Amino acid sequence: MSSNDLLMTLVVVTALSFDFTNGFHDTGNAMATSIATGALPPRVAVALSGALNLVGAFLSFSVAATIAGGLVQSHLVTPTVVFAGLVGGILWNLATWYFGIPSSSSHALIGGVIGSTLAAAGGHAVLWHGVVSKVILPAVLSPVIAGAIAAFGTYLVYRLTRGVAQGVRTRGFRVGQIGSASMVSLAHGTNDAQKTMGVITLALIANGSLAAGHKAPAWVIVSCALAISLGTYVGGWRVIRALGKGLVEIDSPQGMAAESASAATILLSSSFGYSLSTTHVATGSILGSGVGRRGAEVRWSVAGRMATAWVLTLPAAGLVGALAYEAAHGIGGTAGVAVIFVVLVACGLGLYLNSRRAPVTAGNVNDEWTGSLAPTPAPVGAAA
Amino acid sequence: MNSWINLTALWKIVVVGLLAGAGLPALFAVGLRALSPARTAESERAQRSRSAATSPVGVTTAVLCFAVVLAAIGWGIYSIVNHS
Repeated sequence: MSSNDLLMTLVVVTALSFDFTNGFHDTGNAMATSIATGALPPRVAVALSGALNLVGAFLSFSVAATIAGGLVQSHLVTPTVVFAGLVGGILWNLATWYFGIPSSSSHALIGGVIGSTLAAAGGHAVLWHGVVSKVILPAVLSPVIAGAIAAFGTYLVYRLTRGVAQGVRTRGFRVGQIGSASMVSLAHGTNDAQKTMGVITLALIANGSLAAGHKAPAWVIVSCALAISLGTYVGGWRVIRALGKGLVEIDSPQGMAAESASAATILLSSSFGYSLSTTHVATGSILGSGVGRRGAEVRWSVAGRMATAWVLTLPAAGLVGALAYEAAHGIGGTAGVAVIFVVLVACGLGLYLNSRRAPVTAGNVNDEWTGSLAPTPAPVGAAA
Repeated sequence: MNSWINLTALWKIVVVGLLAGAGLPALFAVGLRALSPARTAESERAQRSRSAATSPVGVTTAVLCFAVVLAAIGWGIYSIVNHS
């Protein structure tokens, strides 16, 4: 194996790892409400979402060659730049998962790539106009729009079913929830798996393995689809709990309204060429479903914490991406990339081991929210 | 419309989003309501004496509502396959 082969292998492995973190970080976007209302048992929910992400990744084959198209000058991108950007994305994803904050995986990736490009080539390599109009403005608007739609939907649904018996209503909307959550999963697979496919393709083109403008090869599509679906199946329980239990006390009619608003916003925007963050949309919708129901408790402090993390995502992932590039470039060549890769694995492992001390799992994800992410251990037999 | 923000797209996303994202759950709610007998104090007493049956009009309304919701989901999947 030549040094260049090793470099490309590391880049591809890192990209697939990012895809995996993208999957488990975002399970909650589609399934948090269904799990919280009991529409689906936790394990079944993540399995369904994982399967639909897999299907979604294969639904569309028009994979653009670059995720970074219109954001950075793609001819200035090298495999090391892509690698460093991915490191920024992964570390931000893992850190926010650890704290149970649903932050955007797309923003983490974009931030990482912008940061490493800045470090490698300087400010002129970043197309700032594209960054503002394609990333920042949609990120500010989409949660507000989705939230408004969800609030209106929730209001209508409660108003229309006022005379319906409680049990019938809860059961009926649980069925509806499964349908709408499935749509969000499908849309997530189509949108997010493609981002990693685009990144790997970008690295292959930068390396000269593929001609510019080439579509993603079949092995890239298959491996990305598998990575994101596996990640979804593993389930980011910490994020699921924060979204489903922490933000709003949610009931099945609210859940269905929230997921419908998410699915509609994501699908419509992508048909207009905006690739939105599913996370921002889903969080906005869940918040909206709390606003739209009279008497529902909305924990604005939790929402505020999430919003702060969103603002930090681009710069933080960018900073890590830039540092990773400087370090890899400083050491030089494949050895530099290999060293950073080892550091990345160590950081990931450290966060994982730390999370085991107060784990959130399929078993305790629905425990009563008492202000902290990890539920306080219930007396034996008290919690399901 | 300017180079920073596409107002036409924004406007369409909001309107169609409201129709699909809020309208469809509302339609689902109408269907659910049509299926379940009205629950006033009086009818509840009446229902205890004879078995609660849903009127044919209610069933038809419900079927129509659910059909529209399903059709919209089909359209959504179609748009995923053809667009993104």
